[in-house]
Amino acid sequence: MTPKTILSRPVYGTLSPQAGTHHLFVADAEGGGAILDMAKAAPEGFFAGAHIIYIPREAGAAYTGPLQALKPAQYYEGPSIAAALPRQKQTLAPARMGRRLYLAGTEGLIGQAMQAALDAGIDHGSIQTEQRGSLARRVQCVHCKGITEDVTTQPVRCSHCGLLLFVRDHYSRRLAAFQGVCINAEDQSEIPPIEEAFR
Amino acid sequence: MSTGASKLDVVVSNVVPVNELVTRFHFRRADGGLLPTFSGGAHVIVEMRDGERARLNPYSLMSSPLDTSEYTISVRRDDLGRGGSLFMHGKVRPGDRMVISYPVNLFSLDLRAKKHLMLAGGIGITPFLAQTAQLAAEGGNFELHYSVRTAALATYAGDLRARFGRRVSIYHDDRDERIPLDRLLSSQPLGTHLYICGPAGMIDWARARAAALGWPAETVHYEHFAAPQPGVPFDVTLALSGRTIHVAEQQSLLEAIEAAGVDPPYLCRGGVCGQCETNVISSDGVFLHNDHWLSDEDHASGKKIMPCVSRFAGKSLVLER
Amino acid sequence: MGINFRTETFRDDFSFRNSPEHIRRFPFPFHEDSYMYAVNIEPHVAGPAGSVLEHPIDVDEHYVSEMADRALVLAEDPLRCQSLPHMTLAGWDLLELLMTAKAESYPEHFSLTRDGDRWHWINRPLGIDQKFLFGDLTTLPYGPMEYITRQSQGDFCILDQRDGNLWMDAGIVTTQADWSLDFDIGMNFFEWHAPVPLAHEKGIFTRALKFLTNVQQGKPARRLNWTMTINPRLDTSPENYHKWGPDRATVTPENVGQKVHLRVELQSFWRLPRSNALVFPIRCYLIKMDELVTSPKWARRLHRVIRDLPEELATYKGLTRYRATLVEWLARYDDGTPTSPGFGPE
Repeated sequence: MTPKTILSRPVYGTLSPQAGTHHLFVADAEGGGAILDMAKAAPEGFFAGAHIIYIPREAGAAYTGPLQALKPAQYYEGPSIAAALPRQKQTLAPARMGRRLYLAGTEGLIGQAMQAALDAGIDHGSIQTEQRGSLARRVQCVHCKGITEDVTTQPVRCSHCGLLLFVRDHYSRRLAAFQGVCINAEDQSEIPPIEEAFR
Repeated sequence: MSTGASKLDVVVSNVVPVNELVTRFHFRRADGGLLPTFSGGAHVIVEMRDGERARLNPYSLMSSPLDTSEYTISVRRDDLGRGGSLFMHGKVRPGDRMVISYPVNLFSLDLRAKKHLMLAGGIGITPFLAQTAQLAAEGGNFELHYSVRTAALATYAGDLRARFGRRVSIYHDDRDERIPLDRLLSSQPLGTHLYICGPAGMIDWARARAAALGWPAETVHYEHFAAPQPGVPFDVTLALSGRTIHVAEQQSLLEAIEAAGVDPPYLCRGGVCGQCETNVISSDGVFLHNDHWLSDEDHASGKKIMPCVSRFAGKSLVLER
Repeated sequence: MGINFRTETFRDDFSFRNSPEHIRRFPFPFHEDSYMYAVNIEPHVAGPAGSVLEHPIDVDEHYVSEMADRALVLAEDPLRCQSLPHMTLAGWDLLELLMTAKAESYPEHFSLTRDGDRWHWINRPLGIDQKFLFGDLTTLPYGPMEYITRQSQGDFCILDQRDGNLWMDAGIVTTQADWSLDFDIGMNFFEWHAPVPLAHEKGIFTRALKFLTNVQQGKPARRLNWTMTINPRLDTSPENYHKWGPDRATVTPENVGQKVHLRVELQSFWRLPRSNALVFPIRCYLIKMDELVTSPKWARRLHRVIRDLPEELATYKGLTRYRATLVEWLARYDDGTPTSPGFGPE
């Protein structure tokens, strides 16, 4: 069953070439495929002003060659989101208006790359996003504020304080995380079954 | 409930001719108190009582928001308009009592901006006078580019240069100077916001170039009040109030509705705020839409009209008012 | 005549009470015997003398104790008060609004002297005497929003207005009905209301946003909202849900009168002059069932409202666990006679 969603849950689109003078792509895993699909519609010379930051993860081996074949002005492969973020921030810090941002791949990647872009002064509405691959969630525990990465179950145990959290669809761009609220706060002897929910 | 603006009783404390076309008016509160604080970009609606006629026109506040002892506006004389500016130039004298609205801001600064890039054309300079004063007091980062016809008509250009030096650039049409728009738009730091106030052609040009050079719509702000245009008189039936009214050549539809004792809400009277949006019940004729509020589909549908700036030509028009 | 400020607690031994005069001025939120969301916004104009609407910013007998509770919450969790960098100017606007409103309405308790930018603020109930330069952050012990809201009852959200939307970009939230400022800060109007059931489908938020973005300076607006709380606890935050949530399982037919509280929020909306932002004070009023049923009309009506509340709303407001017990208890006060229209006690 598709879960009923709410208005704070991000809605992702399909990458499309934007007017602009420079183009920064940040993608992970299957997100590489989103860039390749967009490239088919891109005008001549589009990638000459592009910079691709790519985190292949397990699924990425098939994409690295074709991405480099787009001949972007700059191409980088990183081992993890955390390793790639400083590069993204340093790219945006001196950038000028006209630089466009494209994010593709897991929700965790899109969320964290967008968080860094907001800090650089980019309005979230102007960022192109496309979700591909895992729907595993980053979850902020509303109680202890710790963030649990790659959450696939409902409920989930907070990796910081240990409370059993119901994962809501309520999402914060600023935190790049969904909200987790103690599921059995009113009676902690109630232990609901933990089931796989986000893949 | 209605969301219109409250009103203020004021006295005209000074009338200062600025150049051949522009005159500045100073208002103080009639009861001697301080006026409400406002934010740069705000306007007031000035009520002009000219015998039997009432005209209500919006003017940007140009005084510093830090000084609430008086408000100032600048009015450019429009010899072909409906007479509001001619009334201000010709009949308003120091000591006159007038009614203005509370300030309303439909052209607000985005305070998240890392830098504010401002483009002004002609009398469109007025909101920027207040905004630059506000930003300068807070240490804000701004740059103003101001296009004028001639040095003699460069309203407040000298004051701005004296206050802000190199942060202000002036371009004179008669010397073939043009705002170097593409160069400006390509050289701004990420997080810059663009503000445009001036003639429609200038706004369209700047918006189009900004979009082409990758400026997201969220970062582009503009203010363009449409002045109600005179036109061929027409008759309108107001269904809810059961009245038939006549809109005269020099009158706006909104003014005619008000003259009949019906008071739709409004904030701008310039076709941008959306408050006076009115449903059309039936029509046989052509709409002359002049607003910036309704969508193209709304305009084509014949179901809605903005009576502050738009008119009608044809056999019959019935509005839900 | 000044206000007689009570010394009481909203935690631990829960010594909070309403005096008989305060019971009568309670802002009962139901004008009829049923409840459903509506855009119930009206002009925030002065109400009858003695009511919570007499003054634009109400100060009541719980003021001093509520401020002590806020200080405890902020000491435990500083994330309850946050302001994004572009909201400082709006903080000054709010400081001006609250100082001038309090000094005008309650001159025996508050005074404000202004000489240009040199301001002198005296808050007698809290023993504060502060000279500062308006606009100069270095002359106050906290940022302007935090400074003045540590001295003002209710939560405050400051909403930046841009792109036709409202953005929750600053706030102080220590007496909330189960939402997290730390999580919601930076969200737009639709996003932070996203978890509310039923109202989106009814178009409530679209209409409310259209109204709120047009609120003008000098013309504030208001609405009432409500929920229920077990024990007179102000801080029913999601942050501490695992601490107060168990209270909901403690309601018995014997303790309903003392434990169950109707919690009413008086929300008002004000355009701020310098920043063009909107401030949204959410003032919380609590009344225990034993106090509420001293008005026979309120007792009858509350019984009918809670009994007939749609299931989704009862769940959203957290009533599920004790609703049956409460309805049974309230039924004793409902003889079935009609109630007069309007909010008043009778």
